Amino acid sequence: MKYLGKKIVTLLFTLLFISMAAFLVFQIIPGDPAAMMLDMDATDAQIEAMREQLGLNRPLFVRYISWIMDFCRGNLGISYHYQIPVAELLKDKLPVTFALAGITFLLILFLSIPFGLFQVRFAKKRIGIVMHIVNQVFMAIPSFFLGVLIILVFGLILKWFTPGRYVSYTENKIGFFLYLIAPAMAIAVPKSAMVVKFLRNSVLEQGQNDYVRTAYSKGNTEQKVFYRHILKNALIPVATILGMMAAETMAGSIVVEQVFNLPGLGRLLVSSIGSRDYPVVQAILVYIASVVVIMNGVVDVLYRYLDPRIRVE
Amino acid sequence: MEISQIRTAKIRKKKENKRNITLMIGLILVAFLLFMMVMGLLFSPYDVAQMNKKEKFMAPCLTHLMGTDNFGRDIFTRVQQGMGMTVLIAISVTGIGAFFGTILGAITGYYGGWLDEILMRLNDMLAAFPSILLALVFISILGSGKYIIILALGIIFIPSYARIVRGEFLRLRESDYIKSAKLMGVSDFRIMLVHILPNGIPALLSALTVGFNNAVLAEAGMSYLGIGVQPPDASLGQMLSEAQGYLFSAPWYALCPGVIIILLILGFSFISEGIAGR
Repeated sequence: MKYLGKKIVTLLFTLLFISMAAFLVFQIIPGDPAAMMLDMDATDAQIEAMREQLGLNRPLFVRYISWIMDFCRGNLGISYHYQIPVAELLKDKLPVTFALAGITFLLILFLSIPFGLFQVRFAKKRIGIVMHIVNQVFMAIPSFFLGVLIILVFGLILKWFTPGRYVSYTENKIGFFLYLIAPAMAIAVPKSAMVVKFLRNSVLEQGQNDYVRTAYSKGNTEQKVFYRHILKNALIPVATILGMMAAETMAGSIVVEQVFNLPGLGRLLVSSIGSRDYPVVQAILVYIASVVVIMNGVVDVLYRYLDPRIRVE
Repeated sequence: MEISQIRTAKIRKKKENKRNITLMIGLILVAFLLFMMVMGLLFSPYDVAQMNKKEKFMAPCLTHLMGTDNFGRDIFTRVQQGMGMTVLIAISVTGIGAFFGTILGAITGYYGGWLDEILMRLNDMLAAFPSILLALVFISILGSGKYIIILALGIIFIPSYARIVRGEFLRLRESDYIKSAKLMGVSDFRIMLVHILPNGIPALLSALTVGFNNAVLAEAGMSYLGIGVQPPDASLGQMLSEAQGYLFSAPWYALCPGVIIILLILGFSFISEGIAGR
């Protein structure tokens, strides 16, 4: 309980730090936001009035406080490019990215654990070695290229889905999820390969420990030693990697959304960087960063729950 | 006792052989790709930007080994050029990251103290973020282009090297030979450079290859998004995004740059595995 409280405090400090960094970083951009919101031929007086109206003449610290308060209230500023509140802009993009990240994460779990166990069981046999090499190849495929391959093979040749015809979740929930499976696969497969390799190394490393020999000498069967002794210990570091994957899927979706033409946060982020729409960029970055930090915090807590040895320390 | 020792020695030998094979495969793969790249840069019969209306979307054949693209440009030449750009960026990024990372890791690992504490906390925080996200922050502030990419990715990868070098320095600074070197009055700088650093090279080398791969992936990803290398220069990621529009009519246009990225990464990951295992 004491640990949990400490963890939450650290988490809040990290979030505070991120928000400060995000705020300060966007202060050093050359160019006056007030001038950017007005026309090219605005007079100095007009710009000055706009600065006053936007509160840009106040000291930095005061502006940070008011910015963060607004942010927590869901008032994320107004997009330069679309001239509508950023919150409005993000509202229908968020579910797309989160659904994609969620499906991807589930796919990673369902792909990596069975394949990992299979590979570990046959690690010394020929089929295991072949699978290890195949796994290496999958690890080397960038998710966006895998996305292109999936579109080519399953979309254009086999015609299992129509590439580019995104189904909105407001129209057809099932169609929406079905369309997300292809991009989720593109992100999940290389990441799963990474988890499989990690699981394999972890199990092989555990297998060399003294307790394994003891377990065998006590007359346990191979199966029993593997599932009850080795796997239990080997899965602990894998949990950390899976936690990191949660953050990685967010990053993966930034690129893969572009491949599959998904109207999510990633595409908005990239197009906003292109059009120098800083309030949108700022909001999305803080949003994704917060999710990553919170995910990492959750993993840390779970980790402690999984491994009693950490709790003792 | 003796028998078991012989056995473990045999097993170790076998393992070493296997690792050497992975290292060899990796080296051959990378050497082959680099050879192809250099040959292309020196002796290509085509110009990277040379367009040819009559030869649009030609399938791979003897005159155009990888076919031609929507402007009738030779894809093989562009792949070679693009790979050169990707490799150049990745090397610069790895160089920047490893150089500053080593300095930072050496100082923090050797001296410890509050500086170490602060830098490592910052490091943990940065390490939790996907590198492409941090790169996007840089790009949104500084604009896009290859030099910005090098700078951004270089800075972002500093912590990963700092962490590894710090670990090595932390491990070795308590060892007896360092203590005796100190007693003999060897300066800190010399201890770090001559006595500790060479021992950290295997770990650093493995980190370099992994970092190189991450740099290739990040660069290709950003060029694919159109915020990396800009059009007059060819780059593998950018070719891939262009090719996506012609996926059905000219699949080789997308496949060739993609396969080259995979081979490049595969080669370096084999090398890294070979080094790490020794």
